[in-house]
Amino acid sequence: MGEMRRVYLDNAATTMQKPPCVVEAVTAALTSFGNSGRDTGGHALDASRVIYDARCLISDLFNLGNPKQVVFTCNSTEALNMAIRGLFHRGDHVISSVMEHNAVLRPLYDIEEDQGVSHTFIGVDEKGRLLVSEIEKNIRPETKALIFTHASNVTGNANDLHAIGKIAKKHGLLFIVDASQTAGVLPIDMQDMNIDIVAFTGHKGLYGPQGTGGMAIREGIDIHPLKSGGTGVLSYLKHQPEEMPTHLECGTMNAHGLAGLHASLNWLVKEVGIDQVHAHEIALAKRFYEGLKDMEAIRFYGDYDTDQRAAIVSLNIADYDSSEVSDQLESDYGISTRPGAHCAPLIHEAMGTVNQGMVRFAFSWFNTEEDVDYAVKAVRELATDI
Amino acid sequence: MRQKELRLITTFHTTADALACERACKEQGFSGRIIPVPRQLSAGCGLAWSCEPGKEEEFAEFLKEHGVEFDEMATILF
Ligand SMILES: Cc1ncc(COP(=O)(O)O)c(C=O)c1O
Repeated sequence: MGEMRRVYLDNAATTMQKPPCVVEAVTAALTSFGNSGRDTGGHALDASRVIYDARCLISDLFNLGNPKQVVFTCNSTEALNMAIRGLFHRGDHVISSVMEHNAVLRPLYDIEEDQGVSHTFIGVDEKGRLLVSEIEKNIRPETKALIFTHASNVTGNANDLHAIGKIAKKHGLLFIVDASQTAGVLPIDMQDMNIDIVAFTGHKGLYGPQGTGGMAIREGIDIHPLKSGGTGVLSYLKHQPEEMPTHLECGTMNAHGLAGLHASLNWLVKEVGIDQVHAHEIALAKRFYEGLKDMEAIRFYGDYDTDQRAAIVSLNIADYDSSEVSDQLESDYGISTRPGAHCAPLIHEAMGTVNQGMVRFAFSWFNTEEDVDYAVKAVRELATDI
Repeated sequence: MRQKELRLITTFHTTADALACERACKEQGFSGRIIPVPRQLSAGCGLAWSCEPGKEEEFAEFLKEHGVEFDEMATILF
């Protein structure tokens, strides 16, 4: 028997395959970077320049218009924690949704307990689509912000940021977007969509290394820093300097990782183009869905009638435990997927899948039609033989 | 879907515990493998250890001896 084929379809967790230029950039950085921001030696400056250029690329990607307002963190969870814990005061209220990941939910539960900041979660319809019309009804005098994911990491459904941004603008609310699943995949224009903060992670749709991420913050928004420490500048100040991005960055940066993110951003924007990448990924997701949708034993979750979504297809086979299905896909077919709750408990409650979980398939630029056809065959076999 | 078999499934609070279990079992030549947590058990860290059923107490003892903390142990069809 030959070696089992291996097909990685867990790209919503992290894109496993990175472009070769990312590998080269990290490797080069590992033998050439000094400590960015700490001195003016050539090696330190090399690191500083690459990080600055990465800020410029992120600022352009989200049409922020100011690279100094781009802060790097180790992932979007850290960025979301900084924003959610650093913006609100006792008595404030925020509106979010059941589509959110624990990276948003848990900080919200924490600030409710620790800081007396309350929240309302907007629900979804039977296909998992956000009930946008419910947002305005839930705005109160003490409401300060709308916090929404761009796309669900469970159903793949994307929210209409234009529509939500309009509501935020009309009521003078902050609009914070979790773009973990969509940065580098769907267009995000902070100015056009009235977005104040975009949190992103480097290792998914941006094809960079794990341990990179951050947020783009509209000028004039003051986030109280979560951490303070060495910045390499203004060393005699007792507190974290007010200037951005230093205000929200301290300690040695992950310059090696950011060198990789810098390379992946260049690749994504200048070489392949994010529209191209999305078109490829969504075509694969559609091919997968189309290849299975006639199977009676399979139940899909999410709205597959639009291309404005993340390239995710989540399903269950009859009433089989999603863990069992995922395990069999891995052990018998070499196909990596993600079962269970995907760190997003409320959307599973809304879709009625707390017990069963879902098997999530997520496609990347590096997947092929052959990968999809192989996965379709595998799922068809599992769903026939029940 | 394949035929389910009776397996002894152990769950853990953290991924570190699950991997400590895998390492201890490998070192002792015990067979078994990491699987996603079956829904009958509490989700814990997401990883579970699946091995031959029977000898539950000995296995619990073995894990304790190796300083591996676990959450639940159950013999179920998976
Ligand atoms: C919607 C969403 N938000 C937040 C996160 C957290 O991303 P990270 O683990 O990179 O911080 C993820 C990814 O797991 C996600 O899918």
